[in-house]
Amino acid sequence: MKFVENVKPDVTTDIVYMMCPMHLLKLEEQMKELDQGQILEIMTDYDGALEDIPAWCEKTGNEFLGMEETDDFFKFYIKKTAR
Amino acid sequence: MKKYYFDHVATNPLHPDVLEAMMPYFKEEFGNPLSIYEYGSKAKNAIEEAREKVAALINSKPAEIIFTANGAEANNFALRGIALAKQNEGKHIIVSRMEHHSILNSARFLEKSGFVVTYLPVDKKGFVSPDAVRKAITKETVLISVTHGSSEVGTIEPLKEIVKVAKEKKIIVHTDAVATTGNIPVDVKDLGVDLLSIAAHQFYGPKGAGALYVKQGMRIVPLIYGGIQESGRRAGTENVPAIVGMGKAAEMAKAELQMRMDYLKPLRDRIINTLTEEKNVFLTGDRENRLPGHVSFCVEFIEGEAMLLLLAAKGIFSASGSACSSKALKASPVLLAMGVPAGLAQGSIVFSLGMGNTSEDIDYLLKEFPAVISRLREISPFAQGWGDKDGGESCTVKK
Repeated sequence: MKFVENVKPDVTTDIVYMMCPMHLLKLEEQMKELDQGQILEIMTDYDGALEDIPAWCEKTGNEFLGMEETDDFFKFYIKKTAR
Repeated sequence: MKKYYFDHVATNPLHPDVLEAMMPYFKEEFGNPLSIYEYGSKAKNAIEEAREKVAALINSKPAEIIFTANGAEANNFALRGIALAKQNEGKHIIVSRMEHHSILNSARFLEKSGFVVTYLPVDKKGFVSPDAVRKAITKETVLISVTHGSSEVGTIEPLKEIVKVAKEKKIIVHTDAVATTGNIPVDVKDLGVDLLSIAAHQFYGPKGAGALYVKQGMRIVPLIYGGIQESGRRAGTENVPAIVGMGKAAEMAKAELQMRMDYLKPLRDRIINTLTEEKNVFLTGDRENRLPGHVSFCVEFIEGEAMLLLLAAKGIFSASGSACSSKALKASPVLLAMGVPAGLAQGSIVFSLGMGNTSEDIDYLLKEFPAVISRLREISPFAQGWGDKDGGESCTVKK
């Protein structure tokens, strides 16, 4: 896993405590809204996202920048690179 | 024999228009809202439409409404969901002694799980004082839950002032608005609360549908795990007909709210004015800040259960204490918290009116109820008093 610090996101989505697969549904929904090159931050406590989000990025051709871990949840950073 | 239903805090009859709106979702529109084909999308759209109507009733955004099975689930969800989501910031919760069992027992569960709970005292009329809230707040406090209105004594709490105190310390506030929503104006923005519980059957909607308003951006740990229904916050296949019914009932309540209040208040006041003239009958709760169709008394030297039985024999249906504790043979904790002596609290009776009640119904009640009191007094071993003569001191209306 790639860890990052101090990434400045353009959009943040808080889905902490929301059930699986909200992390993939929200990710898809939010990425549609973003412009090319913008960064999305997703906050979630769901550990399945550790695999799913990088895999989703690979599949869709978006850049997975990395993640940051806090006491309670994870923050994932994704840059929109796919058209 | 004609039946006189005066127990609308227990539940209301379903409005015929609500039933009509629900019917297609029992029959042809039976789809699961998560299904991606037509049956599913129709059910999904029906739920979203209901969400908009419920949101409009309390002036929230549709996305801030999470449907639940009932008010008790909404209350459990609020208390446990917020306590667990905020436990790293503190483990202290404040609730009032006016609360329904679904709040009190959730609080007790949290106590067993390591939280500390403060139970706020109330005054003789059942008011929670904002100052008591201020004094109860500690650095550990993460949630305050105070009911909007009591179904037991009808008192409407000074919620805005309580929220103001809580917000000085940035503490989350939940309110159980089951008794008030659809009966008096409820506006989440005006009240300033973060979470608010509703039940459809309190405003002529069906049983099996409730909702929790959760202010946008608030994290809450789910009570029921599973799929992504209700944005991943409340799993389980939705009760589509009941939710549709709740939406329709909310729409009607919003349109008719003032008319309903104007209809019920004079009926209520007639009962209060007449029966407080009776000897040893005391109004419980506040006279002015009171639910529109709500009348509650304590009758000295008589047991509530006995009154219920004799009234039922006359076709009059009412409640004693809180609607659900009339079977638990003990004095109501709410009345005791208000300082009503235990003996007097045994004689509690609640008449709660609805749109089906007429002025003639009230005539009948006002004729029969004093007769029931007289009959029971004749056979009461306590008719001469309880010995300590403490009755009535703490009640709000004393002759």
